[in-house]
Amino acid sequence: MTWRRPRFGCLSVAMLLLAILILVAVIMLRPQPQPQSGRLPADDLRIENAQLRPVADFVAIADPSARSVALFQEAGRVIQHPRCLNCHPRTDRPTQTAAMRPHMPAVTRGPDGGGDPLLRCSTCHNDANFAASGVPGNPKWRLAPIEQAWQGRTLGEICRQLLDPARSHMDRPELLHHMAQDELVGWAWHPGADRTPAPGTQAAFGALIAAWLDTGARCPA
Amino acid sequence: MTTPPKPRFKLTRRKMILGGTLAGGALVVGYTATHPMQVAGAVLTAGGPAAEPGSFGPYISVAPDGWVLIVNPQQEMGQGIHAALAAMIAEEMDADWDRVRVVQAPVNFAHYGPQIAGGSNNVASHWDRLRQTGAAARSMFVDAAALRWQVLRRQLTVQDSVVAHPASGRSASFAELIADAAQQTPPQQPMLKQPGEYRLIGTDRVRRKDCRPKSTGRQIYTQDVHLSDMLVAVVAHPPRFGGQLAGFDDSDARKVAGVVDVFAIETGVAVVALNTFAAMQGRDALRLRWDDSAAETRSSPELASWYRDIAAGRVEEDAHSFEERGAIDQPQRGEVFETTFDFPWLAHAPMEPLDCVAQVDGWNVNIWSGSHNASVDQIHAALTARTIPGRINLTVLTAGGSFGRRGVAMSDYVVECVRIAQRTGGRPVKLIWTREDEMAGGYYRPMAHHRVKVVLGSDGYPADWRHHIVSQGLLPFGSNAQNSEGVAGSPYFATAATVDCRITSPSLPVPVSFWRSVGHSHTAMVMEHVIDQLARRAGRDPAEYRRVLYRAAAAERRVAVLDELCRRAGWNTPLEQGWARGMAVHECFGTIVGQVAEVRLDEDRPVVRRVVAVVDCGIAISPDQIAAQVEGSIGFGLSAALYGAVTLRDGIVQETNFDTYPLVRMNEMPAVETYIMPSTRPPTGMGEPAVPPIAPAVANALLALTGEPTRSLPFLTGRGATNADV
Amino acid sequence: MIYTLHVNGEWHRVDDDGQTPLLWVLRDALRLTGTKYGCGKAQCGACTVHLDGRPVRSCSVALADAAGAQIGTIEAVGGAEADAVTEAWVARGVPQCGFCQSGQVMSAVALLRSNPAPTDQDIDLAMSGNLCRCATYPRIRAGIHDAAAALGASRS
Repeated sequence: MTWRRPRFGCLSVAMLLLAILILVAVIMLRPQPQPQSGRLPADDLRIENAQLRPVADFVAIADPSARSVALFQEAGRVIQHPRCLNCHPRTDRPTQTAAMRPHMPAVTRGPDGGGDPLLRCSTCHNDANFAASGVPGNPKWRLAPIEQAWQGRTLGEICRQLLDPARSHMDRPELLHHMAQDELVGWAWHPGADRTPAPGTQAAFGALIAAWLDTGARCPA
Repeated sequence: MTTPPKPRFKLTRRKMILGGTLAGGALVVGYTATHPMQVAGAVLTAGGPAAEPGSFGPYISVAPDGWVLIVNPQQEMGQGIHAALAAMIAEEMDADWDRVRVVQAPVNFAHYGPQIAGGSNNVASHWDRLRQTGAAARSMFVDAAALRWQVLRRQLTVQDSVVAHPASGRSASFAELIADAAQQTPPQQPMLKQPGEYRLIGTDRVRRKDCRPKSTGRQIYTQDVHLSDMLVAVVAHPPRFGGQLAGFDDSDARKVAGVVDVFAIETGVAVVALNTFAAMQGRDALRLRWDDSAAETRSSPELASWYRDIAAGRVEEDAHSFEERGAIDQPQRGEVFETTFDFPWLAHAPMEPLDCVAQVDGWNVNIWSGSHNASVDQIHAALTARTIPGRINLTVLTAGGSFGRRGVAMSDYVVECVRIAQRTGGRPVKLIWTREDEMAGGYYRPMAHHRVKVVLGSDGYPADWRHHIVSQGLLPFGSNAQNSEGVAGSPYFATAATVDCRITSPSLPVPVSFWRSVGHSHTAMVMEHVIDQLARRAGRDPAEYRRVLYRAAAAERRVAVLDELCRRAGWNTPLEQGWARGMAVHECFGTIVGQVAEVRLDEDRPVVRRVVAVVDCGIAISPDQIAAQVEGSIGFGLSAALYGAVTLRDGIVQETNFDTYPLVRMNEMPAVETYIMPSTRPPTGMGEPAVPPIAPAVANALLALTGEPTRSLPFLTGRGATNADV
Repeated sequence: MIYTLHVNGEWHRVDDDGQTPLLWVLRDALRLTGTKYGCGKAQCGACTVHLDGRPVRSCSVALADAAGAQIGTIEAVGGAEADAVTEAWVARGVPQCGFCQSGQVMSAVALLRSNPAPTDQDIDLAMSGNLCRCATYPRIRAGIHDAAAALGASRS
């Protein structure tokens, strides 16, 4: 003889449960008086934007090579900002956000830095930042070439890399133009949504780079 | 047109009702003959009266063209329940499965009883009732044929919706017999088949029937409902749990083109507009002030350390004892193993964010929703609209996933939708929760902390097991058994002379709820990972160690699953350098699932390439859908194990979309092999039980690889993958 | 402002703000609800449509930018690749809840159009922008291989 679990009617158990639920619900669901709309001040939505020191601040440094290094270190606040580093990864995969976590989804650079042919950057990124989705965009949206990987490098290493035409694919005038004029670089100061922009402005950054080149383009150690 | 004949018989509620209605059946089926699964959608979008399956009997209808229409009383949210339930009827009825159509029942307590899905119970709870329904229908067709041909019942055969009399060569289809069959008295105790007689159940023919509409964009979800004059609403909820609206200014919101109305409701400020994007923009333009005096303002690390203090006895909190054995005041002597585990809150994140459509017309309320627990939603809607449940006409739609979120006991978003619809002068309202609303909206798998202390006997097996769980209760009553299931009654206690298991249920304003596999989502991780660590201590193979404990506990089904798992996974065969296997075997809602994961580490990230799963779920109704649920559960469980965490900072949820609450993607999904144990036991569910084992299987593989135990989930916390943008 | 959209071979006039996401224009104004809202920020792929033949997330395309382009949605996706994918999806029993599948199908069709015989790695690349909470990924992968095989057989 096998032992059988005593069976209670399914319906009675269900009814009891329902009764308890109803009791709880009656208490929870009773209508409560609600506030009406009234005048409120606008929310303060300013994003703190750090400034760059102007070139004039560095004139006091008498030694030209020390001045050059100091200028580059100031520019480095932009170069090593997540807005720039995220697209200068060491691997084939960009990072994102101020925390520089791996890009979601797992995209790869592809042959031209614009994504693998099977999942192009343009699947999600358009010619401009899109407010409704918060997805950033730019006509030139792509990764820097792998030779220009900045993540995990010191500012000195980045500096020497920039000055090496074999790796940067740019001579100095082109380098200056990239930093001071390029619209994708310029995106770093207008990143959209709630992203923190790079410090200062592209013009101020360009001036620092120009002054650094003028002072011999010395690199930090 | 003939009027549908009223069923002449009165049945007890455990029996079946079959009504053959030529007019009703033909109308419904004829309308949709070209799109078999579009019945609900087509009727719905046509704006006409909803199909009332009760008009042709609650479960079965046969159309003149021979198609058998079977009503699925429970909600289809991806788990394939429609196919499993229909197969139970079709098997006993001997219906032609290829010409069976399944439609979703509306909510109707009188016909279908409580329409609630939980604990993966629907296959088990419908097993007897629906087989009897099918068998009774078959018997009535046989009666009708026997009468028509004046032959003996036992001379008749039924196959593929055709009743035949082989001796005379006569045959008639169900369609030809339906009018007569409906006049027969259903048998009180219809004969059921023995498992060996099944022609449909357990075969690969039992496939889901909604693949085509779901692969062509034609499946209608709540998000897709469109009614004439319909408005769309979004709600600004308090940013902190327990926060209250202190004031709002809608002057800018009302300037957004398309915004129709803005008003405060119990859960926040509703913005009602002509279309979804206008409602969203209107909400963005609101100025809101919140009163956080009663709100949760702490951060996750603070709460986790509070939980740890409770378990360690540093803070006094009431504990409920859920398992006790032996003289617990006199602990055993021996080698002591001690560990703790931390688990975060988890969001359900179904692909379809929460939504509901409601239209309030005085006493009458029409609702369209992917209701996981339709009966509960119906009652809550009635209470909210101050009407009776019978006045709530709830059309249950296919849900784009739920995993428990659409079955919250308080029906939160359904109630919210009805409240808004009470204020729109009878115009229907579609409430849309954005992804951010859903992830920051609570009703999570609760945070949990486990403290485990095991004293090993001289034979290396547990002699004394102390276990303290800290986790919020899921229900406002009871002893929080949902969060101790999986520890309670564990076979791993078999050798222990003393067992002392307690649970503390702290109270805080963050709402928690059922999340696919419920308490097993954390208890399996603890039990299975502890066992591997104990096996390691004892110098035994983890499979062998388990086998000894299962034998001691007389858990023969577990032994069988374990043996099959070792065989299928090649447990003792070598793997390439850098790879390791980990195993877990866990019982959840009556189903036992064993998994072996093959794992390597890519820097700090676990990479899982293959998972072998062995399942004992009793009689397997649909091997195809069991495999689908195993594959899906492993992906779901792996997402939680690798990434899943909802965290608070100063009371504010930090993970609000898939960028900060990542899920496993195609490139991270392992290959899955599913093996089903043959069984003649009544079937148990498969929607949840394959979720719990994957996390401990991976943790055990990592233990084998590195020697390092896992003490918290997700694996990637603090490694840059799950942190919100800071 | 009034924009003219070319969707599934038909012209539509839409009067809406140019910065409205294409997703909501398709769903709310044109009632093409096969394209789903899942995340609103190009994370899940449920809203994938074809814009001049390439897959894009319609939640992140402005109405103003979509005007003038050829837009294709799940309702009208056609051709050998689409047929092969649909049949493979049904035969394999790919969908579970099904909510992401419109986007999965649109991405899979785009993949097969540019690469008729994708490897597993190609599938990882092309499909990792489409989330499936039910984790139907193994069947999606198998379905794409099936569809590629069917296409290959019909060509030869």
